[in-house]
Amino acid sequence: MSSCATHSAPEPVFEQPWHAQVFALTVALNEAGRFDWPDWTRRFSQTLRRNGLSRELDGGDDYFNAWLETLEEILVSGGTAEPAEVAAMRDAWEAAYLTTPHGEPVRLPQG
Amino acid sequence: MPHDDPDHPHALLPPEPALRVKALETILTRKGLIDPAALDEIIDTYQNRIGPQNGARVVAKAWADPAFKAALLKDATPLVADLGYYGRQGEHMVVVENTPQQHNMVVCTLCSCYPWPLLGIPPGWYKSDAYRARAVREPRKVLAEFGVHLPPETAVRVWDSTAEIRYLVLPMRPAGTEGMSEDELAALVTRDSMIGTGLPKVPA
Repeated sequence: MSSCATHSAPEPVFEQPWHAQVFALTVALNEAGRFDWPDWTRRFSQTLRRNGLSRELDGGDDYFNAWLETLEEILVSGGTAEPAEVAAMRDAWEAAYLTTPHGEPVRLPQG
Repeated sequence: MPHDDPDHPHALLPPEPALRVKALETILTRKGLIDPAALDEIIDTYQNRIGPQNGARVVAKAWADPAFKAALLKDATPLVADLGYYGRQGEHMVVVENTPQQHNMVVCTLCSCYPWPLLGIPPGWYKSDAYRARAVREPRKVLAEFGVHLPPETAVRVWDSTAEIRYLVLPMRPAGTEGMSEDELAALVTRDSMIGTGLPKVPA
């Protein structure tokens, strides 16, 4: 809380696009009935506590990293996504970025 | 910075977690479990449509209308729903009133529970370990860091939000606001004053 002076300045709702994306993904899955919110809160607070054992977490990247970790755990433990499947898709996106010329929209190869 | 180089051959690689989020989104979309348009809609809602201006309207109404205030303090959820502020994370909202005897402050020690329909998405500091741990342990010190200095006779009460109950602070109406319209009053109500880490603006 060293930035008290900036509290009243306009600040983005989400600091990073991926914070917004993982937030929206979670809300959408909750609304589709994949998990209820008290269950989400319980699991998420466990992740925060675990990650916060070794150091003090900030409310930005640290917070949303914990959020993402929790969502991955829920999807894997519920059988919605396999870890290998997630890893392969992550690699496919990375490859797409590395092979798309700068300035062009990045898309996955159809398949 | 490589991505500022016009000769850089490929698109800027997003950070690692962003790739993992994209992976989940693609997998869930292909399985028909989510609709990308719905995700955009959710983001747009919280970026542009729901925010502290909603809570400010409720506070201004409570300042202007004693009957509304009494009912709000008794059972806020149906009242704010009537004003159109309901939905995600607003199932059970409790309004706590600041008085000369008691200042209220809200935290979520577990994660970041927050009354979304009234305040939108919490600011970064609300989600930080520092605030979550210290708000309970040393609230006066935290308040001082936010520039809030209370008289010694004012007690500080800290409310811990949960997935079931979300708190909103009803700040004290500033002096010099007699005869102001609800719109004028709402303009004085800051987000932090409804979390309890700030006070309303005073009229110029």
